[in-house]
Amino acid sequence: MTRITPTDPIISIRDLVVGFNGRKVIDGFSLDVRRGEVLGIIGPSGSGKSVTLRTVVGLLPKTAGTIEVFGRDYASLSRQQRVEIERHWGVLFQQGALFSALTVIENVEFPMREHLDVPRKLRREIARFKIDQVGLPPGAENLYPSELSGGMIKRAALARALALDPEIVFLDEPTAGLDPIGAAKFDELVLSLKDALGLTVYMVTHDLDSLVTVCDRIAALGKGKLLQVGTLDELLASDDPWLTEYFHGPRARHLEKT
Amino acid sequence: MARLAGDWTTRWARQMQSALDKAFAGHSRPDALEFDFEAVTALDTVGALLLAQRRASFGEAVRTTIAGASGAQANLLGHVNAIEVHAPEKPLRLPLLLRPFERLGRMTAAALGDLVGIHAVLGRTLAALAATLTLRAPFRFAALVNQFDLIVFRAVPIVVLISVVVGAIITQQSILQLNNFGVAIYVVDLAAILMLREVGLLLAAIMIAGRSGSAITAEIGSMRMREELDALSVMGVDPYQALILPRMLALLIGLPFLAFIGAMSGLAGAAIVAFVYGGIPIDIFLDRLQDALNVRTLLVGLVKAPFMAIIIGLVAANEGFKVAGSAESLGKHTTASVVRAIFLVIVADGVFAMFFAAIGF
Ligand SMILES: Nc1ncnc2c1ncn2[C@@H]1O[C@H](COP(=O)(O)OP(=O)(O)OP(=O)(O)O)[C@@H](O)[C@H]1O
Ligand SMILES: [Mg+2]
Repeated sequence: MTRITPTDPIISIRDLVVGFNGRKVIDGFSLDVRRGEVLGIIGPSGSGKSVTLRTVVGLLPKTAGTIEVFGRDYASLSRQQRVEIERHWGVLFQQGALFSALTVIENVEFPMREHLDVPRKLRREIARFKIDQVGLPPGAENLYPSELSGGMIKRAALARALALDPEIVFLDEPTAGLDPIGAAKFDELVLSLKDALGLTVYMVTHDLDSLVTVCDRIAALGKGKLLQVGTLDELLASDDPWLTEYFHGPRARHLEKT
Repeated sequence: MARLAGDWTTRWARQMQSALDKAFAGHSRPDALEFDFEAVTALDTVGALLLAQRRASFGEAVRTTIAGASGAQANLLGHVNAIEVHAPEKPLRLPLLLRPFERLGRMTAAALGDLVGIHAVLGRTLAALAATLTLRAPFRFAALVNQFDLIVFRAVPIVVLISVVVGAIITQQSILQLNNFGVAIYVVDLAAILMLREVGLLLAAIMIAGRSGSAITAEIGSMRMREELDALSVMGVDPYQALILPRMLALLIGLPFLAFIGAMSGLAGAAIVAFVYGGIPIDIFLDRLQDALNVRTLLVGLVKAPFMAIIIGLVAANEGFKVAGSAESLGKHTTASVVRAIFLVIVADGVFAMFFAAIGF
C-alpha cells in the first residue's frame, strides 16, 4: 500500500458519469473525501447516492471520469491490487446484505476467514468483540439474518464491515430503521471509531441528527451532480432551493435552535 | 512492565498472540502491569483487544498503566477496554448415544409434517377453487394462461425430443430381441402399449417435475423470503387463490396433454427406427398399430396424468412454503421438491400399474 500524506484526499472522484441503458444517473460528479473525516452524503431519493457509493467500491461500471481511492485508480488495478484495497474498506449496504446462510457471528468472521491468517479461537473472540462493539445483544450471535430485526441487521452488517479494521467505511443509510436511542448510540459509535481508529466514513444518510452530530462535512447530491459540499453551517446558509427546504423544513426545525 | 514494538494490527494477529503468550509464560501474577507503547508503530482494534484480554486475564486487582501511547492509541485502548465482550453461548449438545434417536425423531416429525403440509395445501387449493367456482373469488384467467404457457407450451419441444429418443431406443432394443424369434413386427404392439400406457406419461411427468416443480418451489420460496406472500395476505388476497390455483390448474390440464404428445412422439421415434433398423414400412407399422391400440390403452395413460399433476403441484407448493429465510434453504427445498416429486410420480405409476392389473383394465 502506498503511503499517502494526510492532506491528500483518501477518495477523489472527478467528473464521474454513470448511466443505465443510456440514462445518465450520475452526470459529472466530483468530490474529495479527506482522510479521517466523516462525510455525509444527502440528496433526494433516487438522486444516485447509492449508485455513487456502488461505483466507488467498484460494483458498478462508470461511463466516464476517474475515481481514486488511497491515491489509486481502482479501475486500472490488477486483481491482486484490488483485493489489497478491498481489505482496507468496509461497506454497509442499504439492505444489510448479510449472508443468509450464515449466522451473525459467522457473517462477521467471514472477511477475516477470507483475508487473514488468524487462529480460529482468536477469530471467534474478535468477532464477538465486534458484535459487542456495535451494540448487538449477546444472544444475537447465533441467529440467522432472517431471525433479526431491521435494526439488528444494520448493526450486524456494520460489525461485518468493521471486521478487518478498515480505513474507510462506506455506510448506506446506517441509521434508517433504528430507534432514536439506537441511532444516537450508532452516531456515538461512529464518532468513537473515528477518534480511536482514525476511520474515514463515507455515509449516505437522511438522518438530520446524524448529520449534526457526526458529520464533519456534508455533500449534497442533486440531479446527478454535486449541489454543494461543506460544513453544516455552510449548507445551512446555502440558497439552493432543495437545501433550503431540506434544512429549514418542518422536520429540521430543531436544528435551527441548536 | 511489558515493552511492545512494531505493528500491533490485525494482519499480525497470530504473531501478536504468540508473542504475548511467550512474554507472559512462566511469570506469576504480577501486582501491577505496565504496557510501554514507545516503540509501537501501529495499533488497531485486534491489537488493543489482545492487550485488553491479557489484562482481563489477571483480574480486576492488577492495576494496568499505559506508557508512551499516542493520543489516538490511548483513545483506541480506552474504547476497546470499555467494551465488555460477552461470554460465548454454549450450544446445546446431546450425548453422542442419543444423537441417532434425535435425528430419527426429527426425520419422523418432518415426514409427518410433510404429510400434513401437503394435505393442507390440497385443502386450501380446493377451498380456493370452490371460492372461484362459487364466484366468491375472481377467476384469474390471465394468470392461468400465463402459467399454461410457461409450464405446458414451453415444455413441448423438450418432451417431444426426449420421447422420440426414448421411443427409438426402446424400439431398437426390442427389434434386436424379437428378431431372435422372427417376430419383429410385434415391436409395434410393444412400442404402442409401452408408450401410451407408461412411458409417454412418465417422461412428461418427470420433465415437468424437474422443469416446473422446481420453478414453482423457487417462486413461492423467494416470495416467502421477501415477505411478498405476507403482503398478499394482509391485502386480503389468498396466496393459494392467486398463486397456487393457476399453477395447479395449468398442471392439471397440461400434463395429460403433454403425456399424449409424449406418447405420440415416442411412437414416431418407434416408427422411424422400425423402418430404418427393422425394415418395417410405415404403412405396415400403422396397420399393426391400429390393431394393437384401442381407446382403453390411451385412457389408461391419460387417467393417470391428472394425479401426477396434482402430486407435482402439491409437492412443489409445500416445499415452497417451507422455505425459511436463507438462500441455502431455498436451494435445499427446490432440490427436495424435484427429487420428491419424481420419486412420488414413479411410485404412483407403480401403484397404478398394480391397480389396473388387479381390475384387469
Ligand atoms: N441497476 C439499476 N438499473 C437501472 N437503474 C438504476 C439501477 N440502480 C439504480 N438505478 C436508478 O438510479 C437512480 C438513483 O438510484 P439510487 O439507488 O442511487 O438512489 P438513492 O439516491 O440511493 O435513493 P434513496 O435515498 O432512495 O436510497 C434511480 O433513478 C434508480 O432508478
Ligand atoms: Mg440508496
